Amino acid sequence: MSADVSTRKRQTPGQRQTSGRGAAVLRGVVLSIGALVFLFPFYYMVIGSLQRTPDATVAGAFPNIANLTLDNYAAINSRIGLLTGLVNSGIFTGGVILGTVVFGMLAGYALSVLQWRGRGVTFALALLVQVVPFQLLMIPLYVLIARDYRLADTHIGMILPFLINSTAVIIFRQYFLQVPKELFDAARIDGASELRVLWNVAIPLVRPALLTVVLVTFIGPWNEFLWPFLITKDTSLQPLAVSLANYISSVAASAANPFGAVLAGAVVLAAPAVALFIVFQRYFTSTDIGSGVKG
Amino acid sequence: MTATSPVAPPGATASGTAPRRGTSSPGGARRKRKLLGANPLGLLFSAPYLAFVLLVFAYPLVFAVWMSFQDYFFAAPGAVVDRPFVGLDNYARVLQDPAVWQAFGNVGVFLIINVPLTVVLSLLLASALNRIVHARVFFRVAYYVPYVTASVAIVGVWLFLFSGGGLVNNLLGPLAPTPSWLINSQLAMPSIALFVTWKQLGFYILLYLAALQNVPKELYESASTDGAGAVRSFFSVTIPSVRPATVLVLLLSTITGANLFTEPYLLTGGGGPNGASASPVLLMYQRGIQQGNPDVAAAIGVILVVLVLIIAFLQRKFAGGDES
Repeated sequence: MSADVSTRKRQTPGQRQTSGRGAAVLRGVVLSIGALVFLFPFYYMVIGSLQRTPDATVAGAFPNIANLTLDNYAAINSRIGLLTGLVNSGIFTGGVILGTVVFGMLAGYALSVLQWRGRGVTFALALLVQVVPFQLLMIPLYVLIARDYRLADTHIGMILPFLINSTAVIIFRQYFLQVPKELFDAARIDGASELRVLWNVAIPLVRPALLTVVLVTFIGPWNEFLWPFLITKDTSLQPLAVSLANYISSVAASAANPFGAVLAGAVVLAAPAVALFIVFQRYFTSTDIGSGVKG
Repeated sequence: MTATSPVAPPGATASGTAPRRGTSSPGGARRKRKLLGANPLGLLFSAPYLAFVLLVFAYPLVFAVWMSFQDYFFAAPGAVVDRPFVGLDNYARVLQDPAVWQAFGNVGVFLIINVPLTVVLSLLLASALNRIVHARVFFRVAYYVPYVTASVAIVGVWLFLFSGGGLVNNLLGPLAPTPSWLINSQLAMPSIALFVTWKQLGFYILLYLAALQNVPKELYESASTDGAGAVRSFFSVTIPSVRPATVLVLLLSTITGANLFTEPYLLTGGGGPNGASASPVLLMYQRGIQQGNPDVAAAIGVILVVLVLIIAFLQRKFAGGDES
């Protein structure tokens, strides 16, 4: 790109052309090998989930019609109830997203548009909270939520620690800051209440932020393992990640084709997040994800 | 990517704040001096968030530290029990426990492998990705897919790939280690470190990509005018320009490493063999919840967090993140 700006004595244009092409080929090769390393396990997950008998040889990495079956999906479904797991994951994730969006938006709006005492402290708090690591909170939260509030084996207990996400508050604040203040003032002069300004003016203008926050928030609870694992012992309430993990660590050994069943469960757990990501991939931007931690 | 990104670069947001503050002050005459500021509604709107921060962060944080100095045990809810202050007893117990030392050592091994590998690979892949024109979306998706997928799901494939008779060992033939990767006390932790590096890399690639797009093209042009080749300009332009991103990558990958739980729990059957892949968080779970010593677990948590803060401070000091 920048190489063609100066044609200096050091290299003739011809040499530059070849070295540029060589570098491009090298980049392509490195990136392709990388992509293969990153995607192969997913391909292998699907293949393995469809194999009647597990085939760990090199030939087993290619589909063999005679060895293909959907039995593994039936097997894992009879053990852990895929639908129940998906519903629980959905409730957990939906609750987190709802709380994050509603409360995050209110706080983000207040932090960026409204002038009130304590605004600076609240924003500083939102930044500070991000550096509090979950490991330190895990034990006291377990004591409080499971023991004191008796919320073990409830969806509320599962959702509570993730109900509001400080990163979302910061993302919303950033987006609202970009909206010209005059738009809000115009609505206020027309006599709109602050809630109405938020609902009718601010939210429609920051719809991309809404989508980003939903997507960024989705993968957290959908993939979360440790907390729901601590808080749910009742299998009918466990999200899919937890029931699949319990299957991996305990009963897998006794199944006919344990790996096939595990991989079938893995495909079901992975598919929604991967599909959502592929469809909306351009909304996953590192600026949003990193903004929270940058402080 | 910047073109499609709905977010302006951080600089734009920062400069957007300044004039806004300016415009609000001339209206100060009509603004009544209220106790809670011009829009007390702001406090109401933020109240749920503030309540959440108090209940789910601040209080448990204080509770954790307090608990680590008490003889704290689980009791029936509502039961009045005596939980005496025991000073540093819990910490003494933790420091005398060889399993704790082993777990912290394990996470040290993890960080020594994971952090440098993450920085080098994500920077290299991001710079390659930044230069190509075709198939960008494909590569971005490919690298990011492991990050959006649950560890629990991918662990299943990893177990299949790296077991004794798995595909990896079949490919390696006589070079395959015995005992195999995840049940080998020398290789269990490095295997986990590789797994986590692979899984998280896409996120860091994206961070570096954003940083690379903010590097002024003129810097590369003047480097090439001075006769610098691709390698030279990578070292003298790219690396210094993305230093704030590197500090962030260092910090985040260290925190991720300190949080390690799911992978040793599932990949190596609860931190085996003989605790060779146990992590401090895994130990907190075992000591605190399985064995009913939340006070000891809280003490492990406090030690872990203090260590992470020290490492983060050192990284910041030596990698130099002051300009951000």
